[in-house]
Parts: sequence; C-alpha cells; structure tokens
Amino acid sequence: MRVLVCIKRVPAPGARINVTSDGQAVDTAHLGFAISPHEECAVEEAVQIVERIGGTATVLTVGPADAEEQLRYAASLGVEEAAFVVTDGADWDPQRTASAVLEAVRALEARHGSFDLILFGNESADSGGYQVGIRVAHALDRPMVNGIKGIEIAGESATVRRPTDTGTEIYQVPLPAVLGVKEGINLPRYPTLKGRLNSKKVQIETIESSAASGGQRMIRLLRPAEQVSETVILGSGAAAAPAVVDLLEEIGVV
Amino acid sequence: MATEEALTAGRDLAGRLGLEVAALAIGAGAEALAEVAGRHGVARVHLAQHPVLTDFGPEAWGETVAQAAVVLGASVVMSIGTDLGNEVMAQAAARMDQPFVANCLSIDPDWKITRVRWGGSLLEEVELDAPIRFVTFTHHAVEPIEAPVAATVTTFEPELAPELGRTIVKDRGAQAAGVTLATAPVVVGGGRGVGSPEGFAVLEELAALLGGRVGCSRVVTNNGWRPHTDQVGQTGTKIAPDLYIACGISGAIQHWVGAAGSKRILAINTDKEANMVAKADYAVIGDLHEVIPAISAEIKRRRG
Repeated sequence: MRVLVCIKRVPAPGARINVTSDGQAVDTAHLGFAISPHEECAVEEAVQIVERIGGTATVLTVGPADAEEQLRYAASLGVEEAAFVVTDGADWDPQRTASAVLEAVRALEARHGSFDLILFGNESADSGGYQVGIRVAHALDRPMVNGIKGIEIAGESATVRRPTDTGTEIYQVPLPAVLGVKEGINLPRYPTLKGRLNSKKVQIETIESSAASGGQRMIRLLRPAEQVSETVILGSGAAAAPAVVDLLEEIGVV
Repeated sequence: MATEEALTAGRDLAGRLGLEVAALAIGAGAEALAEVAGRHGVARVHLAQHPVLTDFGPEAWGETVAQAAVVLGASVVMSIGTDLGNEVMAQAAARMDQPFVANCLSIDPDWKITRVRWGGSLLEEVELDAPIRFVTFTHHAVEPIEAPVAATVTTFEPELAPELGRTIVKDRGAQAAGVTLATAPVVVGGGRGVGSPEGFAVLEELAALLGGRVGCSRVVTNNGWRPHTDQVGQTGTKIAPDLYIACGISGAIQHWVGAAGSKRILAINTDKEANMVAKADYAVIGDLHEVIPAISAEIKRRRG
C-alpha cells in the first residue's frame, strides 16, 4: 500500500491573524506555524494505515521554503518519504496549487510507483478554497470523496464514512482513490524523540513546478469589523448563581 | 435552509448582472423544489434525472452540474457553501477547468468578490475572471426572501458514465436520537479550564438541567478529554443556540468562529481579561468548578 498525504503549512490555529499594511499577506511576525488541522489528521491516518497493512507513507507539500518544518514534522510522526514543491512564498491560487500537486504526483508515481491512496484535508484552515484535492483527483481520473471521518481498507477498495447533519453516509470507493479527511477521524500522535531524530535523516525530494495562475486573483486581505459587545458581569464565584439563574429564566431556557 | 438561501442569492445576483436565472435540482425530493423555487422568485427549474443518480455522489452530481451549465449556456453557476455545496461546485468546476471561488460574502457586478478565510475571522477580496464563473455564498450569509412567481419544471437528462457510480452513497447510518450540538437550544462548553475528562461531569449536569448539550474547545479534543463530535469551532461544529455557556474557554479565534452564531453568550472564567469574557454578553468571574455546581443547585432549589 502506497499512501500519499498532501499538507499545507498554515499559521497555528487559535492565533489572531493580522494583515500586513499593504493587505497582500498575513503578518507572520508573531505567528507559529503548523500543518493545517484536517491535514495533520490525514498524516496520522496515513501512518496508521501503513502500520495496519504495510507499505509506505509519503508526504507532499506546495509551499514556501520554511514549509520544510511541516514536512519534517510529518516525518517525525512516521512518514518515511517527503516531497516538496517550493513556491516563491506567495499563496498560490487553488487552480495553480492543484496543478503543482498534480505535477508532483505524476513525477513521484513515475519514479517510485503509483499511489493506492492520496489523502488531502477537507479544506485548508487559512484560505479555505475547498477544491485542490478534488481538482487533482479529477485530473487523475480517480474517485474522490471529501469530508471523510472513517477509512477502512479491504482488498481493492476503501469503505469510508462521512458524517452529515442527519446521519452518516457510507461510500465504497475502488482503489486507487483520493480522499479529503476531516479533523476527528483520529487523534494525531505527538512525535517521539526517536521520531524527531529520524525525521532529520529523511531525504526531501524537491519537484519543480511549471503551474500557471488560475482565474481567481487576490486583491487584498482585510480583517472584518470587530464586534464590540458590552459584557455584563453577573458576579464572582458561586455567589453569582442566583443572578445567572435569573438570566436563564429571563431568556426562557430553564 | 441552504436551498432557500441559494435561490434568493441566485435571483439577486442575476438581477444585478442583468441575467436570467434558473434552478437545477438533483436528488431525493427534488420534485418538491419547484414550489420552493417559485416561491423565491426562480421560475425555471431543471430537474436532473438519470439512473446513476440513486443517491448523493460528488462526482455524479458535479458532472451533472457541469453538463447543465453547458446545455443551458450558463455564465455563472452558484450554490451555497455547505460542505456538500462546496464539494459539488468544486467537482463541476474541475470538470470544466474553470476557477471556483468558495464562501463568498458579496459579489460586485464587476466580479470583485469578498470571501471568507479562516472560517470568517479574515476576509479576502478577489477578482474572478472566467468564461463560466463558479461560486458559493457562505452558508447563513444570505437571508432568504420570498418573491413568488409561477415555476415551470423541465427534465434535464445528463449523460453519466456508469463509472461515476463509484462515489455514490452506498449506505446510510442513522443519527443517534436526541438533540445535536448544532441544533441544541443551550450549549455548555468547556475548555482547558475544565482540567480533566472527569471535570466535565458538572457541565453534563448543567446541560441536562437545561435540555442542552456539552461542547468543548479544540484543546479539549486534542487532549483526548472529549470526542471530536463535541468540538465547537472552525474544525468542529458551528453552533447557534439561544445561549452558549462558555466555561474555562479562553476564546481563541478557532473556537470563536464556531460559537459566534450563538444568540447570547455567558462566559465563566477565572480570567476577566480572557477573550471569551470580552466577547460575551454576560460573564461570571470565578472557578467553573465552584460556579457551575452553584448554578445547578440554584436551578434545583427553585424547581423545588
């Protein structure tokens, strides 16, 4: 089983995101970076699949030179091979990103054999285009389902589960396939010391991209207007309980 | 609701661009959408029918949308940015090799678009230039408005290869009974301040007294204290209760974008400078392990 997992370097979730004065980029001065959350779970899933049924997990990113940090992190969790399309540092539009991933997949498959499974995150935490994995799958003519929270491999197919507002959808897709996974499919492990040491030795294969820009062009980033709310302090400690229950009665939830 | 939002946004966009608007309906219950379309001012409804379309399937639906765009001569194809809406539009745009802009808040007639990033905590202005423009509007960003007209339904028969059946839903599992996090009238959320899996017992008790559900922050699920299905946030569930009681939650952006749809927020936190306290309508400053049991006791006392 050869599994490829595609990741994106994004500012670590939770931080307040500020924009540079020209509105052309996120101000990264005080930000830490991480693998986009859905994709961190995709890395964990790839490692677990290989642990269960054998094979190789490979990680791929399209990003700035600093994204080597995220490739090494994936390697520290147990991914054995890494590939890197280094960008100019600008955030590429979704079509260009998809083209670059596609070029890389074709190059890796030509050199090392085809992938049985390619994993993406459902959407990137930062730009949220909801399409790169779908475009890549279509270009490869492989089945693709997004929003996946359960994968079972059996023989030549994968049974996958996707929760919806009203229940769960179950798909059975033939391999090779492409899946977009969501956080919650697993709980990603933390790197072990051995994993960290191993990650430094993993060779990163760089792949050139000739991908052209698509039809969506960023003009600028901006922060939405802040919602200003007056907070009514109902009290301190356990003594505030009567005031809280008064409020619960007033809004009719008790 | 997404259907009504799509019809309203489509009618409005077509009106401002001087274009005709038509609806494409696919899937179970699609026949009933003709009435909904007419009620929201969309008079032409195309009902997709094909033996492959037995249930939802992202590839088959995307191919159906792409073929309908060609046959009907559409210059704009739009939907609402639910998970399903974004997936089908991305499939259709990929098949047409056209750009697709997800989660738009507004679209100017010159195709300058404002869209959301980071679950809504950052905005982006983009230009979209393409022969066929694929877009989704952010879910809940459009207020459905009725404008009744008489609707006519035409059957649309796409040509779908049998292979597209490979991603049709094969089976469905039922939802567990009871109120869900997304629809609960009250959500009692816990963060790092809860301190342990056992610490959630007091939140469970209060939620039960209020007929609500327990939610949590991403820190909690990453620590393995609660299942991911309880997570409120950008990568979890977006909630819209009458009241959100946020206990020991600092209020990081990732959590806030999932909680911002709450009608009212009550924060319980030891830190009066916490982001969640600043953004809340009401706050109690104190240790949740003292405050919440006192609230539950007061509710029980008043109920006698």
